[in-house]
This record gives sequence, structure tokens and C-alpha cells, in this order.
Amino acid sequence: MTPGVVSTVRVQAEDFDIAAEIDRLTAGRGDAGAVVTFTGLCRDESGTLSALELEHYPGMAEAEIRRICIEAAARWPVTGLTVIHRHGMIRPGENIVLVVAVSAHRHAAFDAAGFIMDFLKSRAPFWKKEHRADGSSGGWVDAKETDDAALARWDGGDTP
Amino acid sequence: MTKLVYFAWVRERIGKAEETVELPDTVKTVAGLLLWLKGRGEGYAAALEHPHVIRVAIDQEHVDHAARIAGAGEIALFPPMTGG
Repeated sequence: MTPGVVSTVRVQAEDFDIAAEIDRLTAGRGDAGAVVTFTGLCRDESGTLSALELEHYPGMAEAEIRRICIEAAARWPVTGLTVIHRHGMIRPGENIVLVVAVSAHRHAAFDAAGFIMDFLKSRAPFWKKEHRADGSSGGWVDAKETDDAALARWDGGDTP
Repeated sequence: MTKLVYFAWVRERIGKAEETVELPDTVKTVAGLLLWLKGRGEGYAAALEHPHVIRVAIDQEHVDHAARIAGAGEIALFPPMTGG
């Protein structure tokens, strides 16, 4: 990680507190001019979902997200990055993932947060299984080709 | 001996989360490993029916199917990821 970049990666069952995570990256330092947060929630499009069960590869999940954060910090002048990803049973409306990117100026924070989310979706070892309201299993969620395609926009030319 | 770990529907179809195996000398790459595993029984055949979709990590880092497995401590097999 670039010197001066505060980076936190957590994979946990518990929910997170967005305000507290922002505060952790900005309190006591005056160099932050922009904070971008992204929160991914469990979505129920058809009204039939009871919960998503998030499975992960312990150890590699954290390591892969950390590798993505290091890459983001090398590409944009961020001063702080936090990524928290939950696992276990998550109900519609609950939080799944949080990305916080802090920088002096907004563009670096927006880009770093977008980059981290795009790579996290395709490279961090997590899998979603659906549980239906009627008690049946909806099966494993399929990966989207659009997620892989989303990575292409970060190929070259985006470095500051 | 090599430790194999499985996740999501790969784990469900094989019927176990992990196992330690003695790999034959002829198995040298990830592609070779998938082919060898596929012949180990019904669950493996079901999990590895379309080997090209299977993602693989060696010692917790992504690798492609051409990667050599010599020296690998832990090899993980899993479906495309759906986190975030």
C-alpha cells in the first residue's frame, strides 16, 4: 500500500455503520477533501426472496480485496480506503458490501470506489445463494457477463 | 499430498468442502487436474461437467487453467464469483 494510505478490509457476518467507517478515515486529518461511499444491498426484485446466503473463501476473500485496494491506491491518489463485505444470511434491504474511498479531490475518490466494486464483483471469492420466501432454494446466483465487461473500462488510460 | 477446497455449487455437487489427495505424476496443470478429478465419480463429473467455467486459485491467488500445479499447497475450485 502506498505510504499514508489508510486501508481496511473486513469480511464479517455483522452489519456495518457507514458513518463510523467514514469517521475512521477522516477524523483527525485535514487532507481529505472528498469521501465517496458505495453500499450494496440485498435486493428482492420479485418479492419472493427470503434471503441471500453469502458464501466466501476465508483468507482469499480478504487477500483478493486487499490486492484490489493496492491496485486502486497505485492508480489514484487516495488517502484512505475501506472495504467491508458481509457473509452469511442477508435479508432484502440489508447491507452486503461497503466501499469508502477518501481523497483530496472527488474524481480520485469516485474512480477508486468504482474500480474496487467492479473488480470485487468479478474477482473476490464470494457466491450468492437464493433462499425463497416459500422455503425452497432458488439456487446459486449466476455470474453476469456484464460484470466481466465492466472491467474493460479500467483498461489503460484511466491513470491520473 | 495436495489439499483441494471447493466452494458454492462445486462443493455441493462434489459433496465435500475439502479433501487431501495424492495426485498422479501425470497431472501437471490445472486443466489436467480438472480432467483427473472429473473421473473420480458421479459428483465430480457433475461439478466439472463444463470445466471451462470452473475458476481455480492456487494458494489463494487466481490462476488460469494452463497454470502448473507443482508446489501448490492448496488448490481451490469454484464457480464464477457473484459477490458485491
